[in-house]
Amino acid sequence: MSRRPTVIMPRWVLFPAAIGAAFILLPIVALLTRVDPAELPFLLSSPSAVAALWLSLRTALLATVLCVILGVPLALMLSQHRFPGSGLLRTLILLPLVLPPVIGGIALLTTFGRQGLLGQSLEILGVQVAFSTAAVVLAQTFVSLPFMVIAVEAAIRGVQKEVVEAAVVDGAGPTQLLRSIVLPLITPGLASGVVLAFARSLGEFGATIAFAGSLQGVTRTLPLEIYLQRETDPDAAVALSVLLILVAVVVIGLTRPRTAPDALR
Amino acid sequence: MRTSAGLLAAALLVLPGCAPAPNAADGQDADDQHTAAQITVFAAASLDEVMTTVADDYTAASGVDVEISSAGSAGLLAQLQQGAPADVFIPADEQTMERAASAELITPPTRRIAANTLVIAVPAGNPAQIRSLQDLDTSPAADSPESSPALVVCAEQVPCGAAAQQAADAAGVTLSPVSEELAVTDVLGKVSSAEADAGLVYSTDVLRAGDQLDSVEIEGAEAYPNHYPAAVLQGSAQPAAARDFIEFLLSAPGQRALREAGFSPGDPG
Repeated sequence: MSRRPTVIMPRWVLFPAAIGAAFILLPIVALLTRVDPAELPFLLSSPSAVAALWLSLRTALLATVLCVILGVPLALMLSQHRFPGSGLLRTLILLPLVLPPVIGGIALLTTFGRQGLLGQSLEILGVQVAFSTAAVVLAQTFVSLPFMVIAVEAAIRGVQKEVVEAAVVDGAGPTQLLRSIVLPLITPGLASGVVLAFARSLGEFGATIAFAGSLQGVTRTLPLEIYLQRETDPDAAVALSVLLILVAVVVIGLTRPRTAPDALR
Repeated sequence: MRTSAGLLAAALLVLPGCAPAPNAADGQDADDQHTAAQITVFAAASLDEVMTTVADDYTAASGVDVEISSAGSAGLLAQLQQGAPADVFIPADEQTMERAASAELITPPTRRIAANTLVIAVPAGNPAQIRSLQDLDTSPAADSPESSPALVVCAEQVPCGAAAQQAADAAGVTLSPVSEELAVTDVLGKVSSAEADAGLVYSTDVLRAGDQLDSVEIEGAEAYPNHYPAAVLQGSAQPAAARDFIEFLLSAPGQRALREAGFSPGDPG
């Protein structure tokens, strides 16, 4: 079965679409042309680069797990539960999507910092978030959580009412419904939420630098290392950028959500 | 009158080091001169505010418009290497200028227009009671290495980080910072929010941060000042005006503005 353009794609669309694609691809190609393949292994195996990559992978993974644990229930609540101010709450929860990340970092500092809203209580408990890897994870979770919420919320809204109602008739309770009907049906949406949250966490820069600091192996993630290398060694910065792109491409490729069979394509 | 204003501007352009004419700032004439010429100055981020002041004075005196583009020194250098058009380059350290020179971006000579010394920035009121660089020592020989205050510095790749390392070496202390920031502004942010107890920055940075920060002098820091070099760029379309602007920075009014912003004198010679 050959796939033909559907009714919603007139031919002229190809023109702006091609420009759009080139706008994204060209800078990436330009970056790749600046890399000397012979020097790449040397540039990428420096202790600071390895430490930054390892830290980035660990923290982004943790942040993604936190996004799943917190984001899925949040999306369920926002999509199913109407209460006074629920619209406002939804708007506020999506705020990190549009805020410059550095503002998120400052906000986290005024919350979890030593002089922050919760900082003093945390200090009494013996927890110091400042300048720790935990601060990096918090920053990444803060900026990534809205992506998870949006993806899962859209998926939940797409679940067909009849399916759920049929299960209710069969006597399924809410938790059972969630586990055996809703969660399996929203898996594609959840998967794209995971990809978005992980990718956003991996690329996090502004909130991290404003909130967590920058110390090799502790808080200096790959984007921070790239920015720092740019100061003295632009070649190393480009090499690390390519590495970050490779990781991102692998992640997106591995978890790309499959299109539903009856979706418009 | 219009012609004479234009002539005056032209005269200032061809006379390097010419003192500003006292009556050139008068309203209408000054406005008229704006079309005479324009130069673009790439200046280190720490010079941003004072450069705006000096540029206004210079425009009033010479009729040459000055556009200031300020960012981190390395970022500016990268822009210049990619062919950004500018007339004057003033990075925050001499290493950056040397790199610009070896990339054949500038026309010698290089002039030192100002200097800066390293200080310990502390949150207002100095809660951790830091008195000297020795209070930040974490070497086993220090009084109490285990209860050291939270110190933030610039990473060694950034000019202020190299200076911090130099200061530590000169004082014979070992520093164990909790963070090595990417820019001086990040150090200031961590200290002014009292997230860190101390940070090593330049004296002018503390002045710019207002009343959220206090500074503690580092003994002997004057011995290794950080110089701000200025040079005309190879690609300048207005090399005479660019040279003249650098002379203005070294002249009495220029040096006064820099001194008021907390900078040490440049090297007029």
